[in-house]
Amino acid sequence: MTLYIDSSLRACLTLIGLWALIGVAGLLRPMSVGFVGRMLFPLGALCGLALAVVAVTSLGAPPEQAVLKVGLPDLPMHVRRDALASFFLLLLGGSSAGISIFAAGYFRRGEGTAPGLLCLQYHLFLASMGFVLLADDAYAFMVAWETMAVSSYFLVTTQHALGEIRRAGFLYLLIAHVGAIAILLSFGVMQGGSWQFTFDAMRGAHLTPYWATAAFLLALFGFGAKAGLVPLHVWLPEAHPAAPSPVSALMSGAMLKVAVYGVLRATFDLLGKPEWWWGLVLLTIGLFSAVYGVAFAAVQTDMKRLLAWSSIENLGIIFAAVGLGIVFYGVGMDSLAALALIAALYHSLNHAFIKSLLFLGTGAVLHSTGERNLGRLGGLIHRMPWVAWLTLVGALAMAGLPPLNGFVSEWLLLQAFLFAHEVPRTFVNMILPIGAALVALSAALAAYVMVKFFGVIFLGQPRESALARARDAGVLERIGLTWLVLGCISLGLLPTYLIGALRIVVAQFSGAALPRTGAPWWLLAPLAHRQASYSAPIFLIALMSSVVLTVLLVRRLYHYRVRRAPAWDGGFGRLDARMQDTAEGFGQPIRHIFGALFAVKRDLPSAFDPSPRYRVFVSDRIWQWLYVPLGTLVQRTADTLTWVQQGRISAYLTYSFTTLIVLLALML
Amino acid sequence: MKPIEILTQALELLAALAAAPLFLGWVNQCRAWLQNRRAPSIWLPYRGIRKLFHKDAVIAANASPFFRLAPYVVFGAMVVAAGIIPSMGTRLPFTVAADAIALVGLLATARVFLSLAAVDIGTAFGTLGARREMMVGFLAEPALLMVIFVASIISATTALPAIAESLATHRLGLYPSLAFTAIAFTLILLAENARLPIDNPATHLELTMIHEAMVLEYSARHLALMEWAAALKLFNYACIGFALFLPWGISIGTGSPLSLLASIPLLGAKLTVTGAALAFIETISAKLRVFRAPEFLAIAFMLAVLGLLVHLLLGA
Repeated sequence: MTLYIDSSLRACLTLIGLWALIGVAGLLRPMSVGFVGRMLFPLGALCGLALAVVAVTSLGAPPEQAVLKVGLPDLPMHVRRDALASFFLLLLGGSSAGISIFAAGYFRRGEGTAPGLLCLQYHLFLASMGFVLLADDAYAFMVAWETMAVSSYFLVTTQHALGEIRRAGFLYLLIAHVGAIAILLSFGVMQGGSWQFTFDAMRGAHLTPYWATAAFLLALFGFGAKAGLVPLHVWLPEAHPAAPSPVSALMSGAMLKVAVYGVLRATFDLLGKPEWWWGLVLLTIGLFSAVYGVAFAAVQTDMKRLLAWSSIENLGIIFAAVGLGIVFYGVGMDSLAALALIAALYHSLNHAFIKSLLFLGTGAVLHSTGERNLGRLGGLIHRMPWVAWLTLVGALAMAGLPPLNGFVSEWLLLQAFLFAHEVPRTFVNMILPIGAALVALSAALAAYVMVKFFGVIFLGQPRESALARARDAGVLERIGLTWLVLGCISLGLLPTYLIGALRIVVAQFSGAALPRTGAPWWLLAPLAHRQASYSAPIFLIALMSSVVLTVLLVRRLYHYRVRRAPAWDGGFGRLDARMQDTAEGFGQPIRHIFGALFAVKRDLPSAFDPSPRYRVFVSDRIWQWLYVPLGTLVQRTADTLTWVQQGRISAYLTYSFTTLIVLLALML
Repeated sequence: MKPIEILTQALELLAALAAAPLFLGWVNQCRAWLQNRRAPSIWLPYRGIRKLFHKDAVIAANASPFFRLAPYVVFGAMVVAAGIIPSMGTRLPFTVAADAIALVGLLATARVFLSLAAVDIGTAFGTLGARREMMVGFLAEPALLMVIFVASIISATTALPAIAESLATHRLGLYPSLAFTAIAFTLILLAENARLPIDNPATHLELTMIHEAMVLEYSARHLALMEWAAALKLFNYACIGFALFLPWGISIGTGSPLSLLASIPLLGAKLTVTGAALAFIETISAKLRVFRAPEFLAIAFMLAVLGLLVHLLLGA
């Protein structure tokens, strides 16, 4: 392909620039939903598609670099496209194509920010994510990173008239900036005294293990804050529900993965060879986040908040996989390291598609019913069959069920865990396999969460009479959902192609190579000599044929008469929608079993209450234990320092003078 | 694929389909004997299934297509699972496509479909059963995976036939690590198959129901498929147990048709003993409160982890 030979880097930059241009074009007719929705968003989707295509064709290509003469004088921006960047560009382009086409039919007038402005913010957000992936010096990286944070902040606060949403936005911005400071400091350590802030200089810098560890921990803090690792996760369950659904989808699907990219870039590329025990740190935090996130997801009553917590879980699993990869890598077990890293990347891509799909599904439900609360939904499979069946695929994939894509990455990760006991570190090798059990626990809990999510929203009886007026999603929205569903299915059925590509990606950024096993295209056997194999196409054919055969046999041998009657319900009769489990009820076993994690507050009515109401509030202990004291501390410090602010010009002049003297004294 | 492989695969599938209700009937018969009741016929499950197939299906007015699809998926998943588990011979061509982890995933698929179908009508029983089933499921699944892990680590593979082969050809005598995991697996089997002490298959008392609560709204052929799938699930779990802990007598490697033939009565004998043991356990144990189930399964999990540690420490 000429494009590929010419320069895929240039193609990527052009497409990212186009995104920015589309955004600016939104300002031409800011109030026109027709122009913005029917013209610009589909164009943005096309750009995303093109970006994904360019990224796929360039996955195996050698790295390319360029210097852009933009920005401050004497501070040009360096850009570089390598396999790792290509992979994440594929993730960004592929998932955003579906999200943008959905968004084309989603945004309406009168919902907060004007459509044109929203278009600008949305496409700037996309472009900045793309640029983060291509940046090759700390300056360009931080500019793109901050643009990403700020544009997404404005998107989160689209409905800024609501105080709750402004609060969520502020929390997001705050944690994003605390994280950004850590990343900046991390770059400061990584340059290793050369004072060159290009990534090339950082690759060449020789850090002592002590400083390398400091840089790693800072990067982990910074990127972990963006990825929503516990305990830096608090913004996520606030910001995701506050944002419009396509934005939640983009943030959860793509932005969180940019943080994964950051960690991989920093540990493997910029810092060179990671220490093996860094992996343990990542693994511990990741597994804790996974279990913590999914336990909270199970007790949520707001559907978008539920998905946000589930994102925390999935990012936890991705980080655990990266951690396992680093452990293997550090002790020289290269092929297993590659396997774990492939699992991490695979799960990133899977999560981008699945979670976008689920968020868009909730968006369609939200638009047609006006409800986010699970307790007021139900039975929508009858009113919104398109959304329901497409979302079902996402829910099953999120639950990690074969033959969909969620299972593939889980399978790969478990295969890697299976050999964790061979790590030549006593005690560590005995604890590591238990990590597999935690991965399995969170996967099984994810299934619980998805049964709750899908069952309460789409199945059962409608819990409100207004739900009878719910309408199915429009054509553009259906196209967006279908695109993501196709992604989930093809990633699930044809994993060997992607793994073949990921093998190259991982080999390029880490040097750990997974040997080829010569398995045919339909067979996934990453470690053939270990005799572990899985074939999604055959699995699907077997399952489908056994289902179809059963249907045909039952029809042939017996009959298929069906009579409709009121639900039997054990013969009690007088069944109504209030008798179904509420979202709280469905989460009750989890609240009971994981009671130690939750701060539960109950409002119990008295026995004589004429209109009794039972309410239960579940909140995060980390908020009370960590953030509230921290906030109080900051407030107190600020209070004590207010006396500095005298409001008299002489006082400020004195401050300036003292500062000058001190600086002079230091310099001389 | 050689004819013997196809023969083994077909034979195992047919045996599972045919023998699963019989195994259930046998367990029920043993239970009746142990409890001093007159035993029902061992063929009763077959008669029940046949009767249900002939009846007209009545489904709730507000049932969605999902409700009608689910029994077929649950049944189909259990049939496929029967094709993965080596019960008579290890030369199963299909197992290339699905290893032990995929088997766990397949069982989870059946569970999710069953639970979602239970939620579909919107009855109190259905949702209650679904949430309890998912609760037991999410606790049992990691424990089951740890059990499989121990066997996988011992035999350095996750393919079930290869595990069965390597354990069967090893010196006669149980690994100490596998002894612990065998107990863990027994607990998981009881919990996953809605047996005492987690669930009571013989009751319709709402406080105690799990499985029965979920299938309350089903009738006729749908119910028949659900019942048959439940029998198959029990049969499959028993066969997983044989493959991991009692693999002797299974037809291995380039085994002749004769060894395959010989493995049939042996499987029958194993099932007979297991069924009696299951009935015995159920007779001597009382139903646990629902919230004791996590502790029960935590014990299973701990035993599996103990098995793992024993293996890593002793290398056996």
